[in-house]
Amino acid sequence: MSIQNRDTHLTQPQEAPKAPEKAAAGEPLLQIRSVAKSFGPRTVLRDVSLDVAPGEFLTILGESGSGKTTLLRLIAGFERPDTGEIWMGGERLDRLPPHRRQVNTVFQHYALFPHLSVFENVAYGLRAQGVAKAEIAQRVEQALAMVKMSAYAGAAPSKLSGGQQQRVALARALVNRPLLLLLDEPLSALDANLRRQMQWELKMLQREVGITFLFVTHDQDEAMALSDRIALLRAGELEQIAAPREIYNRPSTAYTAQFVGQTNLLRAEVVDGVARWGAFSWPCEGRPGPATFSLRPEHIRLVSPADPDDQQTVRFLATIGQQTFCGDTDLIEISCADGRVLQVRTPSRRILEGQCAFAFSASDAVRLHDAEES
Amino acid sequence: MYSRAYKLAVAIPPLLWVTLFLLVPYALLLSYSFWTVSSGTIMRQWNLENYRDLGRNWMYLQVLFRSMKIAGAVTMLALVLGYPLAYYLSFHAGARKDLLYQLVIVPLWVSYLVRGYAWKTILGSDGVLNGFLQYLHLVREPVGFFLYSPFAVVLVLTHIYTPFTLLPIYASLEHIPRHLVEASQDLGASPRVTFWRVIFPLSLPGLLAGATFAFVLTLGDFLAPLLVGGASGIMISNIVVSLFGAAFDWPLGAAISVCIMLLVLGMLFAVERTEKKWTFT
Repeated sequence: MSIQNRDTHLTQPQEAPKAPEKAAAGEPLLQIRSVAKSFGPRTVLRDVSLDVAPGEFLTILGESGSGKTTLLRLIAGFERPDTGEIWMGGERLDRLPPHRRQVNTVFQHYALFPHLSVFENVAYGLRAQGVAKAEIAQRVEQALAMVKMSAYAGAAPSKLSGGQQQRVALARALVNRPLLLLLDEPLSALDANLRRQMQWELKMLQREVGITFLFVTHDQDEAMALSDRIALLRAGELEQIAAPREIYNRPSTAYTAQFVGQTNLLRAEVVDGVARWGAFSWPCEGRPGPATFSLRPEHIRLVSPADPDDQQTVRFLATIGQQTFCGDTDLIEISCADGRVLQVRTPSRRILEGQCAFAFSASDAVRLHDAEES
Repeated sequence: MYSRAYKLAVAIPPLLWVTLFLLVPYALLLSYSFWTVSSGTIMRQWNLENYRDLGRNWMYLQVLFRSMKIAGAVTMLALVLGYPLAYYLSFHAGARKDLLYQLVIVPLWVSYLVRGYAWKTILGSDGVLNGFLQYLHLVREPVGFFLYSPFAVVLVLTHIYTPFTLLPIYASLEHIPRHLVEASQDLGASPRVTFWRVIFPLSLPGLLAGATFAFVLTLGDFLAPLLVGGASGIMISNIVVSLFGAAFDWPLGAAISVCIMLLVLGMLFAVERTEKKWTFT
């Protein structure tokens, strides 16, 4: 057995039960119960149920049009669900107007008030709630210090860069000490470097303040880097909800496997405890019949023919096709003897040519659920 | 990019137009205001008599003051009527928005004169309003002050200029990003607080533009006083009209015109500066 193989065996049984445990421990902060929403003939959300634990960083991941922003707007109160309920801390949330909800939002394009200074933007929520003047000044100072924007208190929002506006928007939301912070693709308008830095700062900030974050994004890398759990939304329905490592290593459907990272989908046939995909075969327990497996490109490795063999390893020869240099890794398209094409990711070293020997471990071919349904 | 000849060819017609129909008349007007009239002929003798006359004769100042009062009243009424309607159209009309917007525009297609005469038949002694009041036995005699009074002038001008006030307000309300309204609610502000702290401040440039339209257009109006103003509803433009017409005192008429023009220009200048201060991008 290879090191990689043992790795996955060690980590997965440990991590898999973690997320359900966390959600089960204590009352959830937010409960979304069978919520559906249509705009005219277009159904945006159908029967979405979701629990968010206190202090959790939950990301709603989905492509554009999957309904993720609508879900956020339902929680913030800008839209009302057609059916279903939303509860927060024992209170029915979906019937309250937005200004009565202890929820604050960081908008995609920041939505800073252009006619107010940075200080007044941050103070806006506190003034609306009638907080005493001295306390307002103190809390605004604190919030601006937290996002390192104290020097800009008197500036107009239009004078700030995108990243600075982002920080002010964060301070403006957090200064109200909401139970839940909603973030609607807050980093999508920033360029790549600033974005990575803000991701890190956001994560640190969330740990520091301990407020529950509900983060919406279409960027799977961002979702994996930031979240405690990821809820993958597909065409208005929850596809899978799990911790980042679990959703990546144990995707339950082909859609998840393809959306979260790259993968090879192997449409195999399981007979007598053996999965067969063309010339390939590997041991597989579970129901016989057609089955789809997900095999991540990085789980296929180059081997030398002299390597020792074992039952769990599938070895094969393949011809090198297109090789794409990605910096730290190479992505190679290989064709097997029967013409089947696989994607392989290897550490970047050199350009490969001709025929090479490859291998993957049977346990890395993850059986997906949706093939059995169809 | 373009040749000099081409640029010149494109620029000359508008320049010619502006010179012939704006700059030359203004220059003439200014010149006339420094000339004098003697036994029915205009004498080109440069003097300041016309302006001295304006300062000496209280009547002119009084009428100018009344005109400004009427313009102020019309402006206030147009804002009070126009702002809520513009706000409703922009934020709450929903599917009816287009229809209601058209209904606001439609009166602008009807001739000013027709609308003026319509008010005559409404406000007159045996008009619709008096008939209605007598029918209800609220009054015994027809009420006289409805027509031929400053009240009638204010009413008619408000009717005519409210759309002009509404449109810029509506445009500025439409320009307010809706996510700012949502952000305000999200931060705990009630709809009322959201209106006064976000929507209203951001609509001020439109409000100012609308107010300017109403004020300037009313100040220069002479038809409404002519139709429904009577003797007590005379405005400054009526005096200019009569000086240029029956009285044949072009120099004095020109002097008044120059004064009104300077007044309006000064106001526009102040408005533009304020508007810049209130505009945020």
